[in-house]
Amino acid sequence: MPSRIIKNNFRVDRLPHIWCPGCGHGILMRAIAVAIEESNLDKDKVCIVSGIGCSSRAAGYMDFNTLHTTHGRAIAFATGLKVANPDLKVIVISGDGDASAIGGNHLIHACRRNIDITTIIFNNNIYGMTGGQYSPTTPNKEKGTTAPYGNIDKAFDICQLASGAGATYVARSTVYHVNKMVEYVKKGIKHKGFSLVEGVSACPTYYGRKNKKGSAVDLIKEMKHKFIDISAKDKLSKDDVKNKIFMGEFKDVKEPEYIEEYFKIIDMFKKEMSI
Amino acid sequence: MHNNIKFLQGNEACVQGAIYAGMKFFAGYPITPSTEIAELSSAMLPKIGGKFIQMEDEIASMAAVIGGSLGGLKSMTATSGPGFSLKQENIGYACITEIPCVIVNVQRGGPSTGLPTSPSQGDVMQARWGTHADHPIIALSPTSVSETFELTVKAFNFSEKYRTPVILLMDEVIAHMREKVIVPNEGDMLVIDRKKPQVESDEYKAYEYTEDLVPAMANFGEGYRYNVTGLVHDETGFPVNSTSEAERLLNRLMGKINSNLDDILIYEEYLIEDSDILFVTFGCMARSTKEAVNNLRNEGIKAGMFVLKTIWPFPEEKIKQVSKDKNMIFVPEMNLGQIRQEVERLVKTDCNIYGINKANGEIITPEHINDYVKGVLGKCLAE
Repeated sequence: MPSRIIKNNFRVDRLPHIWCPGCGHGILMRAIAVAIEESNLDKDKVCIVSGIGCSSRAAGYMDFNTLHTTHGRAIAFATGLKVANPDLKVIVISGDGDASAIGGNHLIHACRRNIDITTIIFNNNIYGMTGGQYSPTTPNKEKGTTAPYGNIDKAFDICQLASGAGATYVARSTVYHVNKMVEYVKKGIKHKGFSLVEGVSACPTYYGRKNKKGSAVDLIKEMKHKFIDISAKDKLSKDDVKNKIFMGEFKDVKEPEYIEEYFKIIDMFKKEMSI
Repeated sequence: MHNNIKFLQGNEACVQGAIYAGMKFFAGYPITPSTEIAELSSAMLPKIGGKFIQMEDEIASMAAVIGGSLGGLKSMTATSGPGFSLKQENIGYACITEIPCVIVNVQRGGPSTGLPTSPSQGDVMQARWGTHADHPIIALSPTSVSETFELTVKAFNFSEKYRTPVILLMDEVIAHMREKVIVPNEGDMLVIDRKKPQVESDEYKAYEYTEDLVPAMANFGEGYRYNVTGLVHDETGFPVNSTSEAERLLNRLMGKINSNLDDILIYEEYLIEDSDILFVTFGCMARSTKEAVNNLRNEGIKAGMFVLKTIWPFPEEKIKQVSKDKNMIFVPEMNLGQIRQEVERLVKTDCNIYGINKANGEIITPEHINDYVKGVLGKCLAE
């Protein structure tokens, strides 16, 4: 018997999903569904736009208007959709490779425009769908099928990238800290402007195995110990934050939203015509 | 009564035509020689409650146009050569997801960044085969500024009627030339809107196999929650990994265009009937060719001309028909023979086919065409 969340927000006939056993994406997808449910949105106005990759298969399972686009371009499709019909609640689901490699340009420019779209990045630190190649968020020195001797690239911090590019709400949580994930997605949805929530996921099949990190449970346990909330930053010593990653809310500011600004131009002509 | 006569550039006529056809959304990235289309769209759209957005690149522009169309607005983008190359993946996406949109390509010399400000007709094959794999496409090419207006309206109409991306293949000569355009009044020209579903939301199939092969299209936000994917999908819109569904989908996509050729193929015939030699031409070359035909006629050489306005689908049967009993066919084009190869493929008689080509950024003049034809005729007589 599916739960209320599943029944209300998923295309039950499309389940079970295709993700590997132990993958964290299902937890993140459910967190989004809970956030939508608790935000009391009109289902007919919610659009889930995804790119290509493991993360992006989520769109097909969710019972909204769903758009599964080309690799890296989800945010650009979402921009057109939102500009065409600002009544729509546009939520992008993208992976770390999808959003920060091939789609990096679209990500930074959507942040810059501060267009009212919520982007949720399922970050499993690897290219899962193509079989475990290193991504822009694979930590330095770790392994992927295209980094057999260790990755020499420096990893992107997606939240720092989005903050710097002008996103007005930026937060990070993990599949271990799932309640926080729900909270941040809810806040992102409510936020007027470009919001980005990074959900750190677990890929035991490729990332975990290649880097000898153990099982899915081990990967999630590692998250529990590795991530500390940014709000505690000032109280911690250098030793406390060694080898830790910050999570939490990095940015929450109000700035002019793109479509509202465009409507000011349209209104200018409306006023002219009424005179 | 005549206050709708305008003196417009081709690029301006394109925007005017788009707005006449109902364009309410433009997304683009500036590139010469198409930029005036973006500029005028940015000025005109907010006045009619429409929206313009300058995206970060051509790929994003094509993506935004597809999103905009799915959001319910008639949408267009404009670009040139290299930008057209960048848009190709998402043009393929619009083909398989059947999202109406118009892509203007004001061609420029190439390959690569090539000759940014010079005229070219080098993207004929890119318009047909630019994106990967098999799919139908409609591409229209105007020969004058007023025809640019008319064909832009038709491009939108075809895109809405057949739920497919339509390419307006312009050239720099037409794009930057100024000519008189009589802008039709509202209602003078047919404007077609997409077919909307007539069923309850739970009965709606976004990719239904209807008799006309064109499924009704619900815009996002109208209460029909469905899935759109670039993967091969069944009639509900969900991906399927099935050879039979892949074949069925592709057959429908090809069929909806191929079974409506009478509607889609636009062309002009000029003095063909009694002619011995035939020109096959398109875009700005139609103008040089027309003058060449008249000059040759004045000298007693019976020349005629077939002008392609619809480049793709290629008017195969018509070309076979008009080339019958002709001794020679000349194909002047500002590329190295892209249309000529199509003609050669279709004409299976002893008729000689000659390309008159330039791909160096120069237009081909009527004199050049006359000299070329007379050179060939002289050689034949000598033999």
